This record gives sequence, C-alpha cells and structure tokens, in this order.
Amino acid sequence: MADGLKELKIELSKNGIFTTTLEELYNWGRKNSVWPLTFGLACCAIEMIATTMARYDLARFGAEVFRPSPRQADLIIVSGTVTKKMAPQVVRLYNQMPEPKYVIAMGACAISGGPFRDGYNVLKGIDRYIPVDVHIPGCPPRPEALIHAFMTLQKKIDEQALTGPDRPRHLQAGQPSEYPVPAFGEHGLEPADNRDVFAAAEGNPLKVLQ
Amino acid sequence: MSTLPPVEDIKAQIEAGVPGAVVTVVQNGSPSAQHSLLLGREHARDAALFLRDHAELRLDFCSLVTGVDWLDTETSEKVKVKKVVEGPDGTQQETEVEETRKTKIPGYLEAVYHLFSMEKKHGPVVIRVRTANRADYAHVPSLTPVWRSCEFQEREAFDLYGIVFDGHPDLRRILMWDGFADFPMRKDYVPPDDDALATVPHGKSPEVQA
Repeated sequence: MADGLKELKIELSKNGIFTTTLEELYNWGRKNSVWPLTFGLACCAIEMIATTMARYDLARFGAEVFRPSPRQADLIIVSGTVTKKMAPQVVRLYNQMPEPKYVIAMGACAISGGPFRDGYNVLKGIDRYIPVDVHIPGCPPRPEALIHAFMTLQKKIDEQALTGPDRPRHLQAGQPSEYPVPAFGEHGLEPADNRDVFAAAEGNPLKVLQ
Repeated sequence: MSTLPPVEDIKAQIEAGVPGAVVTVVQNGSPSAQHSLLLGREHARDAALFLRDHAELRLDFCSLVTGVDWLDTETSEKVKVKKVVEGPDGTQQETEVEETRKTKIPGYLEAVYHLFSMEKKHGPVVIRVRTANRADYAHVPSLTPVWRSCEFQEREAFDLYGIVFDGHPDLRRILMWDGFADFPMRKDYVPPDDDALATVPHGKSPEVQA
C-alpha cells in the first residue's frame, strides 16, 4: 500500500471509519487460523506438545486445532529427526495437504540432521525434499522458539501479495503443489535431494553454484 | 539370589553335558572381568538349550543380542632365529638374527548374547558365536528357538551386520528397508555420497584431508 493511502487509512480510523483491502482481510483471516497437522517425529514433538498446552497456549495464535488429517491442515511442523525410512512419508503427508500450505522445520535434526547428520539412516534436513518456510534452531527448541517461529510465519503470511509477480506459490498456476516422493534405493534415498526445492532455498550455497 | 559359578566351571559343565561341544573362555581384561564363553557353531544351539534347562544355571532369559564386526588383523612379533651367516673372514658362522613374523588373523562377525535367570535371579552369562568369515550373509545358528526374546534382536544383527541366523523363524531387515543392500554397522561401511552441501570430499574426515 502506498504511504499516502496508509496515512489516509489511519486518518479515517481516527474518525471511526474502518477501511481495509481484500488482500489484508484475506491474509488477516489466514494468519490467525493456521491449523497444524498432528505430527511429531522425536523429542522436538514433546516441546511442540508443550507449546500447545496451557502454559504456552498456542491457541492465542489461532493454531490450537491440530488436525489429524493432512487434508485439513495448513501447516506441517517437522518436529524431530527425519530418518531416511520416514522421509517419503513426510513428503507424502505434505503432498496431501491442500494449498496454501506451510512448513516449519523445528530443531537441528529437521534442519540438517543435527547430531545424527553423519548417520547412515538420517536425512540431512527436510528442506532437501519440501520447501521450508521457517527454520528453528535448537536441540530441542524451547516452546518460546516455536511461538517465535509461528509469529514469523504469521508475518510471512501477512506479507504475501495476492497479485503480481511476487505472489506466493499457491497462487501461481504453473507452480507445483506436490513434490516427488523419494524412493528407497539400495544404498539410500533416491534421489538424494530434490534440486528444484533444495537449491532454490534462501541462503543455500547451492543457489550460488547454480 | 544364587551366585553364578565362574565361567570356567560353566564351560566344563557344557562340555560335559553336550557331547562334542567346543567352548572357549574369552577373557575380559577390563575391571569388570566379565569373561564370556565362545561357543562352536555346530553345537551352539545344544549348548544354549543346556544352559537354559540346566537345573542350577536355568538361564531362562536372553536380555540382549548384538553383533560385533572384527576386521582382518595382522599381528607382528619379533622372533629370534638362528641363521648361518658368512662372517667377514669367509667362514660360516651361526648367529642369532631377529626377525619379525607377521600372522594374519582373518576377520569374522560375532553374535553376543547376554543371558540371565529369572528363576534363580542371577546373571549375566555372556555367550558368543562367531561366523567363519566376514563375507556378506555369513552364517551362525539362530538361538531364537531357545529364547524367543532373541527374535527381533537377531533380526537387528542381521540387518546391521549381515549375520544370517540359520533357523530364525522370520529373518528380515527390521530397521532398514527391504531393498537396502548394505550393512551399516560394519566397520568398512561407507555411507552414500548424498550430501550436496558437503565441504569435505566424500569418505574423508577433515583430519585425514589435512
């Protein structure tokens, strides 16, 4: 919104007139009712559960309804170590979620494999297969960190434009909403990462290489 | 609570009770002094049944099965050998010469079982069974028919070490997927080159590179 319009809006609100745009209203509605998927992988899931309970109360952000089906969820919180055996299932769950959908990678393992990175059975970060919106470092991150990530995601949703070239993936017809599910190979997952997703990630050194 | 007889006595009891059984005591030099019994493959199951059903030992519970990978090793020892050497004046002289003799010990895989008695409240007795070599799918007899609790743990040893337990009722991989070809807990296992962000060439640790 242009600065002039913003000033006018503030001026009008001072006089008891509320104005808004379709984009603002739409994003305001979406960001305050993000339904996460009931999905936990390891110790980070315990912190995620704590976040939803009375002391930290994720319900304050409109996210208390953890959905038991990916078809009803907007957000998947990858909370814990993703083993290579589990990775195809995580991607499949993500694929089954309706757009617009968001991913929070919670904790060192979900980001990079964490302390198990060099293990034979651990995926070196879920962002190799699905696009991650917010990464939370920590092992495990405290509930405050998850709340911070959630607020970061809300901010991100709030800033999404409905039109224009910068509009999000789910509003661009040509963009995929599903990503290939990796297969179990003889020595590991095949392919080892989805370059379309992985290299495009913000701050990824591969992006520079390509 | 009864106390267990020393392993040497258990060895003598097995050899007396199971005709043809070959039992070796493997010394543990650590402060725990938890010596173990190495059972010959041919009579391992009979010996196990003997340990389970013996009136005083009654080792009715197998709490742990694990695999151990022993690589090919080479020991060298210095031996003094008498040799005929031509002296400086041209005469034949017999002198003592030091020689290093190298002996190659071929590698093998080992299954280790920890046995306890619920009835007599004693234990553990540690028994070992070795494969003939380190080839893929090397064989040892399964002790699942003796102790049912071995079933999943022998599957794990099969999965991660490639020890085939003959006579196991359901020998499949338990942690890795069915199409997986490697045995990741073997000492010569090399994980797949799947890290697109690796800063060190595959298969090398930073120390080796430096």
